[in-house]
Amino acid sequence: MKKESLYKYLLLLGDNSMILAHRLSELCGHGPALETDIALTNISLDLFGQVRSYFQYAAELKGGDATEDSIAFLRYGREHYNCILLEQPNVDFGHVIARQFFFDLFQKLQLEQLVSSNDKKIAAIAVKSLKETKYHLRFSSEWIKRLGDGTEESHERMQSAIDNLYPFVGEFFKETDLEKEMKEEGIGADLFLIKSAFDKEVMKTFAEANLKIPEIASRMTQGKYGIHTEQLDYILNELQYMQRAYPNMEW
Amino acid sequence: MVKGQIYIASKEIQDALESVCDPEIPVLTVMDLGVVRRVEEIDGVVEVDLTPTYSGCPAMDTMATDISSALMKKGYKVKMSLVLSPAWTTDWISKEGREKLEKYGIASPLTEELDLQALMGGDRIVACTNCHSINTKLISQFGSTACKALFQCKDCLEPFDYFKCLK
Ligand SMILES: [Zn+2]
Repeated sequence: MKKESLYKYLLLLGDNSMILAHRLSELCGHGPALETDIALTNISLDLFGQVRSYFQYAAELKGGDATEDSIAFLRYGREHYNCILLEQPNVDFGHVIARQFFFDLFQKLQLEQLVSSNDKKIAAIAVKSLKETKYHLRFSSEWIKRLGDGTEESHERMQSAIDNLYPFVGEFFKETDLEKEMKEEGIGADLFLIKSAFDKEVMKTFAEANLKIPEIASRMTQGKYGIHTEQLDYILNELQYMQRAYPNMEW
Repeated sequence: MVKGQIYIASKEIQDALESVCDPEIPVLTVMDLGVVRRVEEIDGVVEVDLTPTYSGCPAMDTMATDISSALMKKGYKVKMSLVLSPAWTTDWISKEGREKLEKYGIASPLTEELDLQALMGGDRIVACTNCHSINTKLISQFGSTACKALFQCKDCLEPFDYFKCLK
């Protein structure tokens, strides 16, 4: 296995969490209620913590001047490998919850495989993150049910968020060459196995929430190859502003 | 002491560690919290392995700095490492730590099963830290920090934090 592949795989794992964590951080002070505001920013903090573990490891592999910060703050758009779902804007609480639920569920299933990764460091990060991710999933799936099975308006808005975001979910399971290589090395997750568990769980939660799985084809997205929507550039503008404007600045 | 923890250090070193508190829950020392996994003195260098409670816990960096400076004040050199495995669990909070939490107004973690019932099933089992009634209600699954949830007592009306079980 090439060191370069493992490095890129760590970015791929970390970027989903980092971009979502940033989206959630935008809600700090703007959540629909105090409790949800605190919950979403706590989740953001957990995700950033997990990202630090991946990027510290990636920096070690890369060597030279690389640090967790240079990896987080000094990469250009095309060097990010997150799925397109995670860069989608917050829109409303329904969209925030739909995006969170799809990610939490995927991430939980992926981490359950990564805990037995041949790579001991990835396995250790996965054990730690899995505990937190399960708690996030409890929160997001509970809200899916509460909004889906709530008032007429909450149901409508939850369903419309799902209709908008579900077409992005397919990308999680489209295996790239890199993911295939990592799977064959016993380091990465087997996305095919995750897919069936994912579908089953979505069906179960949506049935309880009185929501429908939309019959819309997946979008042809290629975030995992570094090809993004304009949304990512807005995110990076804000995320990287300080380091771009004042290189090597610390506080 | 918890299984897997290693302490090979003098009383002086232990005392120094006991003097370092969690900046967010200042009644708990880092030893109460169980985040110090290994302390070994090797030729005047104190090696400390620290494990995070939650991945993103902003208090970890502060605790690492505070431990280093407490030991350096005693004239030791310090080598601090962050370890992720095995992952921290609330079972590692000491018995004294749990008592201090309760006195401070934070309900200490229940067992995994009871924790689920309290947080997901709405069962009234988390005792109020003010009047000890179990007629309490979950207000928010997330509290003032990642490790806590918010409850309120329905008898004395006091709101209080509950330290969530992490297994
Ligand atoms: Zn009370």
